[in-house]
Amino acid sequence: MVNPVKNIKSDDVCNRNVPEKVSHGIKIDIHNLNIWFAENHALKNVSMQVFSHEILCAIGPANSGKTSFLRTINRLNSVLPNFKTTGAIVLDGQDITKMDVELLRKKVGMVFAMPSPLPLSVFDNVAYGARMSGIKNRNKLNAVVERSLQQAYLWQEIKDRLNESAFKLSGGQQQRLCIARTLAVEPDVILFDEPCSGLDPISTTKVEEAMLKLKESYTIILVTNNVKQAARVGNRTAFFLNGELIELDRTEKLFTAPSDQRTDGYIRGKFG
Amino acid sequence: MRKFKEFIIEKLILLSGLTSIFFVVLIFLFLLKEGLSVFQIVTPCDFLFGKSWYPISEPAQLGILPLMMGSLIITLGATIISVPIGVACAVYIAEVAPSRIKEILKAGIELLAAIPSVVLGFIGMMTLVPWIKNVFHLPTGLTALSGSVMLAFMAMPTIVSIAEDALYSVPKSYKEGALALGATHWQTIYRIIVPAASSGILAAVMLGIGRVIGETMAVMMITGNAAVIPTSILQPVRTLTATIAAEMGEAVVGSEHYFALFAIGIVLFIISFIINVTSDLFLHRERK
Repeated sequence: MVNPVKNIKSDDVCNRNVPEKVSHGIKIDIHNLNIWFAENHALKNVSMQVFSHEILCAIGPANSGKTSFLRTINRLNSVLPNFKTTGAIVLDGQDITKMDVELLRKKVGMVFAMPSPLPLSVFDNVAYGARMSGIKNRNKLNAVVERSLQQAYLWQEIKDRLNESAFKLSGGQQQRLCIARTLAVEPDVILFDEPCSGLDPISTTKVEEAMLKLKESYTIILVTNNVKQAARVGNRTAFFLNGELIELDRTEKLFTAPSDQRTDGYIRGKFG
Repeated sequence: MRKFKEFIIEKLILLSGLTSIFFVVLIFLFLLKEGLSVFQIVTPCDFLFGKSWYPISEPAQLGILPLMMGSLIITLGATIISVPIGVACAVYIAEVAPSRIKEILKAGIELLAAIPSVVLGFIGMMTLVPWIKNVFHLPTGLTALSGSVMLAFMAMPTIVSIAEDALYSVPKSYKEGALALGATHWQTIYRIIVPAASSGILAAVMLGIGRVIGETMAVMMITGNAAVIPTSILQPVRTLTATIAAEMGEAVVGSEHYFALFAIGIVLFIISFIINVTSDLFLHRERK
């Protein structure tokens, strides 16, 4: 078993080679995170740091705990009964369990695996978060919606269809709508949970382009089943297996010279 | 041999299916045959909008407007009481309650549905009726209000269980999507979950209303049965259903009174048919 603490240290060494832009500072600091769903120990003693303005990818086979990990960061797991967690997640120096949960979820946005627009119009979907935080002024809402859709590379395609039901958009458009909806809340961190698993290659490319652009203003954690996607967009990549963090390293390093042979096996497609 | 078995079973099932339709058609034809005869004596307009119901006076006055108003006021009252409580209860069960309380509540609702209406009527007569009489200083507690309250109890289980199903079938992704945007639990419920389940909730309300309109025993026991057009909810009223139940035994077969009671049956049939079709439309809209 790989000692996660040791892992982080080796990672710090590696980071000296990472371009300046990536290592701005620690955005999220995770210490000895354990989570359980009833008796199922889904995440075991995970420690890692997420830096500002990077895309951190989490890869691993099904049931390796990567989605559970993601959903713990915005405390979405806490809605479930029988959910238990130990350890600490510190966001900008603040323990997330001590933060107001709605505020946390505004700072840490999330895009789900399947496009999940709300049963509202395109405009209302994007404006949902803004309205919730009390913005009623139509001009302001218009501005928020336009900006968010532009950031998600969707504005040009649907600017004339804002009043249509969100369900009428194509799958890829719906997923970018969900990204726009998340951006409208002005988060610091965006969690992507396999955002392209239901999309065709062209839509996937568009979502990836959006992510690469978004990295400049946001910190991104991307859970993906697609190893190649991690290689394309990730600054650093974490490999999870059976609830353990096996290895976390710069993406180029992890994909060319992984330190753990299980990582090597997974990347080469020997299992998973 | 196996093929023959299949054949027999298929035909048996077909037969069972046809039987139910066959009986519905028979009942409907009988109802029409007996009920429509009344229109040889009174015009449909006089029947529906006539203001007095004196079926055994000479000549008989067969206006069912007071009865329809009685049914209407009781249904309205029961709806006003049961819909907010029922829907709120469904929201609580589906979204808020911890699993233990949820189980207890659901069992309680089922129990409420299992109480025979005559028992509810009897309980209402012994407890609610004297109470209403005293509180409002009325000559009698047998009023439309008493009927509304007891019928609200009867409609509640229907409304709660169907509305809860509708709320429960709202995709989890809506809820998580809203929560992930920083909505509070309550904001998620009333902005996303309830609107998404609205057609199912409307169907629940319609079916609850259907239950109330068709109910007979309890209303007969506690509404006072005075066939006058009600001007307030604190007056005795008589419903369409109670009229048939109370008078069918005395009506001479083949008399105009007898035909009039069947015509009331047709009116009730049409009302519940409309309600069921409407709620079906809502349910189907939800499935789409």
